[in-house]
Amino acid sequence: MKKTLFDKVWDSHVVDTVPDGPQILYIDKHLIHEVTSPQAFAELEERNIPLFRKEQVVATADHNVPTKDQHLPIQDLLSKKQVEMLSENCEKHGVTLYGLGHPYQGIVHVMAPELGITQPGMTMVCGDSHTSTHGAFGTIAFGIGTSQVAQVFASQCLLLSKPKSMRITVNGKLKKNVLPKDVILYIIAKLGTNSGTGYFVEYAGDVFENMSMEGRMTVCNMSIEMGARGGMIAPDQTTFDYVKGREFAPKGEEFDKKVAYWKTLPTDEGAEFDLEYEFDAADIDPIITYGTNPGMGMGITESIPEQDDPTFRKSLEYMGLKQGEQLLGKKINYVFIGSCTNSRIEDFKIAASYIRGKQKAPNVNALIVPGSQQVARQIKEEGLQEIFEAAGFEIRQSGCSACLGMNEDKIPAGEYCVSTSNRNFEGRQGQGARTILASPLVAAATAVNGSIVDISAEVETTEFAS
Amino acid sequence: MKKLNTLHSTAIPLPIENIDTDQIIPARFLKATNKSGFGENLFRDWRYNKDGSENEDFILNNEDYSGEILVAGNNFGCGSSREHAAWALEDYGFRVIISSYFADIFKGNALNNGILPIQVSKEVLNQILHEVDNDPKTLLTVDLENQELKVESTGISTAFEIDSYKKMCLLNGYDDIDFLLSKKEKIEAFEASRTLG
Ligand code: SF4
Repeated sequence: MKKTLFDKVWDSHVVDTVPDGPQILYIDKHLIHEVTSPQAFAELEERNIPLFRKEQVVATADHNVPTKDQHLPIQDLLSKKQVEMLSENCEKHGVTLYGLGHPYQGIVHVMAPELGITQPGMTMVCGDSHTSTHGAFGTIAFGIGTSQVAQVFASQCLLLSKPKSMRITVNGKLKKNVLPKDVILYIIAKLGTNSGTGYFVEYAGDVFENMSMEGRMTVCNMSIEMGARGGMIAPDQTTFDYVKGREFAPKGEEFDKKVAYWKTLPTDEGAEFDLEYEFDAADIDPIITYGTNPGMGMGITESIPEQDDPTFRKSLEYMGLKQGEQLLGKKINYVFIGSCTNSRIEDFKIAASYIRGKQKAPNVNALIVPGSQQVARQIKEEGLQEIFEAAGFEIRQSGCSACLGMNEDKIPAGEYCVSTSNRNFEGRQGQGARTILASPLVAAATAVNGSIVDISAEVETTEFAS
Repeated sequence: MKKLNTLHSTAIPLPIENIDTDQIIPARFLKATNKSGFGENLFRDWRYNKDGSENEDFILNNEDYSGEILVAGNNFGCGSSREHAAWALEDYGFRVIISSYFADIFKGNALNNGILPIQVSKEVLNQILHEVDNDPKTLLTVDLENQELKVESTGISTAFEIDSYKKMCLLNGYDDIDFLLSKKEKIEAFEASRTLG
């Protein structure tokens, strides 16, 4: 039978099938962080169950950590307790932890790929919905709840029903200054925030084939924003080159053996999907969102659609925006470049390519938050730090930061923030904060201009990108 | 996990679409390291004004409405995987959520915490919302064994789907860990048999 990439990886991880019920899926790698793991460790202890495969668990502290003075004790006592509890739990159960101050620490979806922990053909889970990011490698990766974190601790398995399959194909050439973030925001705006529920998505077509691994991660990261548990892209030479030589990647002959296997994973010609969509790259403009879910996006020069619907009206009311309004020229006081969607080195290179030699507008607070300690080092080594600092941007240490505002990095109530993160929900970046999702390029341009500008009319600034 | 079989209860209507888990429990309340007490902050930013006073317009602050059933708009529970959302709903006292659509991860989290998500058609959802909205005393009956939801006064009756394994868990109060631990040998055999995948 002809199989999809998803089928191949899924089927090779099925331990058993419950008659008339779910399947037992084996999990290769389990990533954990401080916010969704304490109750799972407690569950093990209450029930006196040992951690089954500690070598397959990797921990980091990211959601709830300060991005300033990380060498000092955490000020917020509850955050401090949560981070300490992660250290205690990892120590007690023998789990490797890249905690605060460790050179590998970072947002879980940034640090695992860059360390080579994420590899094609694996199954990976984490108590975080953006685990879908790792699908960029041709990996089945998805977010789980804390009860499931405990299940994986106890058995290295999960009970799941196999999701349906969807393929989203985008062919053609992207317009200038249109980035991977725009591609995925466009797809979500077209299909809606629950279009993917019950599905696993494969992204196909030359737009994704020509994308860097960083770009593919940005795309797969936001699969959950259309409700899909995960998204995948077939592994190819770009994938193998990225993985090769990384800290935990297979080495030498082992690597070659793996590559030979990984090459068998792409979807067979003629394999069937439950649902297919196709888009033309030429139709995609730089996208910004205007509402309170990631599906409420539009081309940067477009006007907010008119829709007579109470949920829609409530959303615009929260955002302080009107139907039919254009956002070009809108004054913006906050810009956040960070989060597991866009805090990899490539994202900062693109931002820097626009910012170089310019100054941020005086009204703007511009925050640069690298996704990991490694990215932070690269920002220094590759000369981006001088560009950002000369332009008046503030560079912080790595963590989730203003993406969810659990630490002190919050956007004040009523203020607009052009953000490279993935969710514009009410209060996501702080109570009353108004989030406009965009690419790192749009964010950089907003910071420099102090308002939203038509990036599609500017000279091509993707020179740094691959 | 608490068992669930039959439930007779009034319901609370919340006809907002795409209620995400950030609304159910905002991130700033995720710093706890245990599972209890989240009910206090359920729908926090809708329930309370900025000064901490109750928002009188929000349904949970309307004394006329109470019950163990929440009836919510389409696509309930989208967004973050935080199980804290299910803990908050459970802690507040909800055992059943009715909507025309549920986000995947939320649905799993709810079931793992003894909350039954019931998916109905948009028409039925609107009928139920209408009834409950008009008369807060409207009594609903959930019969898990027979997979049936009824609105007593109106004769609205609808069947709902649930995975037979999950149904068994809920009826008996079992959880997945018990089941997976019983499969240890199979799991170890699987590990031993793997070559490349
Ligand atoms: S950066 Fe944001 S979306 Fe990503 S893991 Fe952290 S909180 Fe979640």
